[in-house]
Amino acid sequence: MGKGPDTSHIDVRYVADLARLELSDDEIKRYEEQLGDVLHYVDQLGEVDVSGVDPTAHAMPLTNVMRDDRESPGIQRDDVLSNAPASLEGGLIRVPAVIDGEEGA
Amino acid sequence: MGALPLPTLDQAVSALRDGATSSRELCESVLGRIDTVDSRIGAYLYVDREEVLADAAAADRRRADGSQLGPFDGIPIAVKDNMAVRGQPLTCASRILKDFVSPYDATVIERLRSQGFIFLGRTNMDEFAMGSSNENSGLQATSNPHDSSRVPGGSSGGSAAAVAGGEAIVALGSDTGGSIRLPASFCGVVGVKPTYGRVSRYGLVAFASSLDQIGPLTRTVRDSALMLDIISGRDPRDSTSLPEPAGGCASCLSAASVNGMRCGMPREYFEVEGLDPSVRECVENAARQLEAEGAEIVEVSLPMLKYAIAAYYIIATAEASANLARFDGVRYGLRDSEGEAESLLAQYRLSRARGFGDEVKRRIILGTYVLSSGYYDAYYLRAQKVRTLIRKDFEHAFTECDVILSPVSPEPAYKKGELATPLRMYLADIYTISVNLAGICGLSVPCGATESGLPIGLQMLAPALHEKRLLQAAATYEAIRGDL
Amino acid sequence: MAVSAGTTNHETFIRKTTIHKTFKEQEGDSHAMTGALHGYEAIIGLEVHIQVRTSTKLFCGCPNRFGGEPNTRVCPVCMGYPGVLPVLNREAVRKTLGAGLMCDCTINTYSKFDRKNYFYPDMPKNYQISQYDLPFCRGGTMPVSGVGLSGGEMQSKGIGITRIHLEEDVAKSTHFGSYSGIDFNRAGIPLMEIVSEPDMRTPDEAYAYLTGLKQIMQYAEISDCDMEKGQLRCDVNVSVRPVDQTAFGEKIEIKNLNSFRAVHRALEYEIDRQISDLREGASLRQETRRWDDALGMTAVMRVKESAHDYRYFPEPDLMPLEIGTDWRNEIQDSLPERPGVRRDRFVAHYRITPYDADVLTQDKLLADYFERAVAKGATPKTVANWMQTELLRELSDSAQGIAESPVAPEALAELVALIEDKTISGKIAKDVFHIMFATGKAPSVIVEEKGLKQVSDDAEIGVFVDRALAENPAVVEDYRTGNKKSLQFLMGQVMKFSRGKANPQSANRLLKERLEASEG
Repeated sequence: MGKGPDTSHIDVRYVADLARLELSDDEIKRYEEQLGDVLHYVDQLGEVDVSGVDPTAHAMPLTNVMRDDRESPGIQRDDVLSNAPASLEGGLIRVPAVIDGEEGA
Repeated sequence: MGALPLPTLDQAVSALRDGATSSRELCESVLGRIDTVDSRIGAYLYVDREEVLADAAAADRRRADGSQLGPFDGIPIAVKDNMAVRGQPLTCASRILKDFVSPYDATVIERLRSQGFIFLGRTNMDEFAMGSSNENSGLQATSNPHDSSRVPGGSSGGSAAAVAGGEAIVALGSDTGGSIRLPASFCGVVGVKPTYGRVSRYGLVAFASSLDQIGPLTRTVRDSALMLDIISGRDPRDSTSLPEPAGGCASCLSAASVNGMRCGMPREYFEVEGLDPSVRECVENAARQLEAEGAEIVEVSLPMLKYAIAAYYIIATAEASANLARFDGVRYGLRDSEGEAESLLAQYRLSRARGFGDEVKRRIILGTYVLSSGYYDAYYLRAQKVRTLIRKDFEHAFTECDVILSPVSPEPAYKKGELATPLRMYLADIYTISVNLAGICGLSVPCGATESGLPIGLQMLAPALHEKRLLQAAATYEAIRGDL
Repeated sequence: MAVSAGTTNHETFIRKTTIHKTFKEQEGDSHAMTGALHGYEAIIGLEVHIQVRTSTKLFCGCPNRFGGEPNTRVCPVCMGYPGVLPVLNREAVRKTLGAGLMCDCTINTYSKFDRKNYFYPDMPKNYQISQYDLPFCRGGTMPVSGVGLSGGEMQSKGIGITRIHLEEDVAKSTHFGSYSGIDFNRAGIPLMEIVSEPDMRTPDEAYAYLTGLKQIMQYAEISDCDMEKGQLRCDVNVSVRPVDQTAFGEKIEIKNLNSFRAVHRALEYEIDRQISDLREGASLRQETRRWDDALGMTAVMRVKESAHDYRYFPEPDLMPLEIGTDWRNEIQDSLPERPGVRRDRFVAHYRITPYDADVLTQDKLLADYFERAVAKGATPKTVANWMQTELLRELSDSAQGIAESPVAPEALAELVALIEDKTISGKIAKDVFHIMFATGKAPSVIVEEKGLKQVSDDAEIGVFVDRALAENPAVVEDYRTGNKKSLQFLMGQVMKFSRGKANPQSANRLLKERLEASEG
């Protein structure tokens, strides 16, 4: 896209790591080709003069949409646990050990 | 297409009111039709017969004792499998949500429920609404009712096919880049994408939050207007829903006329490479018919059209990459359970790799990439700015015309497997995508067919919040068009 | 673990180059640290997360309360179910803006929410709704001054506050070895992130900053800041550099700090460790360390790998906010006087000592109590003394807060009036106060019931004085031979015979009169 980062190549492996997707080498190769085509097409946005143009994040211009600080009913724990793939006695949802530093705040 | 045509929504309301039919009768005929044709069409992912019949019996009892919930009480409706109905599966046609049962109702469902609508079942779609053909469903294939070798369009392909195939009186779909209008066009039904914010998105599983909008798929324009009157309006659970009063869409149709209405034909839309001659012919013919009825046909310009697809695929995939991050096998949905996922990281990676289909993975990767460090400004921010320019294009065009006429798709329903590369598939959305980027309203109304009988849709667009004008134009056209 | 050994031989020399008084004063502290800076200075920045006190969560109507059975205070929204949408809690925004105004921040007139993307099982959506480039508040100040935790006087200065933004809290994980359990009750509670400038140079300043922050949040009822309930959480960034260097050293982040005192200790430890390592020729690397409060040391938790790629982008499900002058002013008007301002006013207006004013303004309710008592006409200095001694002791003994005090400020004012008009003596007043605290009765009622009224009549007191003189001839003799201190003993006798009710001034005068009369 003219100046700026190299957009001719997408590092699918890095991106798939960010997105937590396990991909085979074949998939990585295929996605790199297919998305390379897409990105090549997308590069034509570089032709557009966007100087002084504000970005649009929302289709409609609303502001200050807020609610009152009032309680509303939640859902039953049975519903929470019946959808969870694994849970523990006492009502916690079970996951493999969270290792410090794996990622997170 | 079979012996037992269903009534339209409008006809069903009258028949129920006059006692000419019952909810049970309506539901049984729909279920019977599903039995007969759905093995060929594949519109439904889930139908709960017993529940439907029990609901119908309850509606009939209410009508008998005068406590009916309203004119629609007891009418069955099909729902795209990305809107939450309490107690029903909510899969988005994805393996990752194969066993998920929704514990809550979407706002649209709540509104329809309070009117007495009966939720027939879940219709097939492209997985997470990502696609234009229904070929990306992770669960099942759907065929075009007019030609089984062809796609029904997507992503609301199941809903369009159900209405077209006589398997539903009305259906709900969702439209992120054309997902209501395109299958409506391919299947020969009416499909409306309302103004962004008109219909609550609460309970619609998000694909691209700033583009998604729920709308009806129906046999007639009037039926769509009736549906919009029920489902539109501000919802305190959706911060993006608009405060402007909704309703009055159906009642405004009685005075519908196009006399003096300026219909814009965007020059660029008819210069698109690959525009099928029969599609062009049908759309131009529709314009001539409107002109004969008193409309003024004007040429307008939407020069940003050529950039719409690029901007769309950046914005939509970026939003989707975050929206779909919650499917990780922790709180619900598919979790890798074959013992390999010793670590949390492996569980995430395997659950998502197995749960998501090819196109969904592709879009998550693209969306993650355009947001990633160093690329944000070049892709995402630039696309948002182009989005502003697209919006302005429409604002300018609508100073010169009242509605815009265009094709819905460059070609009619194509053969399954025909659009082999992702890029080719994305390019087929050229006419519909910019409407979502601009947030305006639009619809597809059948305007003819190819020689081999494949339906062709006319796209009509109106400025934001001008659904009434849009529907009046469409209803007038529908009337002068006559039966197809 | 390289705990730095003392380098006493060099200390005298090195101290000359050191500008940090507070560290010098830590000498003799019992822990292993030397506290020697050896020509280095520490650069400290704090990132504080504070839960906002509201009735409901930030984006849904689930209750914002601590505890509860796991996964019972949840709904589809805070569980991140498919299809749900967030709706912003106005009260949480209001309180965040209030926090900013209390810290002299600029309020951004245009603000928005963004998605911060990363995968973690305590985050229901695997993105956190937070604020990236347009936080609600920026550019504030937290003043620190006075005596630091180490006992030294701190230089008065303002610690810069970079920004305050609002985000959703994450769920709580409990670890069981090979697996973890997640409770989503906490997920979605409104959480402010308050980021300081790297303006602090000593553990004392960091401690004072945190104390000031907590005080302000409690004053304005923005948060209870109960660290045990996780309502205030603190991450510390600390690096060291030679005092003449402008570039920052390698930043070390410390986690697992469960109290302000832990922050102070961890900083002392970490500054010492970093300086020692550098002096031994080792190089530091950017890393995250965990504080072990029991061992009193930090240990490496993780070395900074690649930078996080959070892929922030504007939250499409929430609309931006325009914060106009009207709303800002309305919030400003609803805020209480800041503790520092109030302290200065107490000194200037009530003429109490800065120390007293400091103690009384630590807690808004305490300061309110003081002003209510003074409003009843009691002498400020006397009220201040009574509050700091009797009242706080009784409250502490009975484990009650000032809000539950059985003695109302008006009652304390009445007691002070009884002392000042000499109805009772100061000594008797202490007993009366004790009874007031125990029974809630008015002081005048107690004085009446127990017959504690002070005796000021010379004739009545004269009886006790005569008895004291008669029963202690040796002491009287002692006084006359020049030991004027014997008067104190005789005074004690008078008070004993009067059961404390004799007016001390009168008794003193009468004693002297009679001793000197018989002398002459």
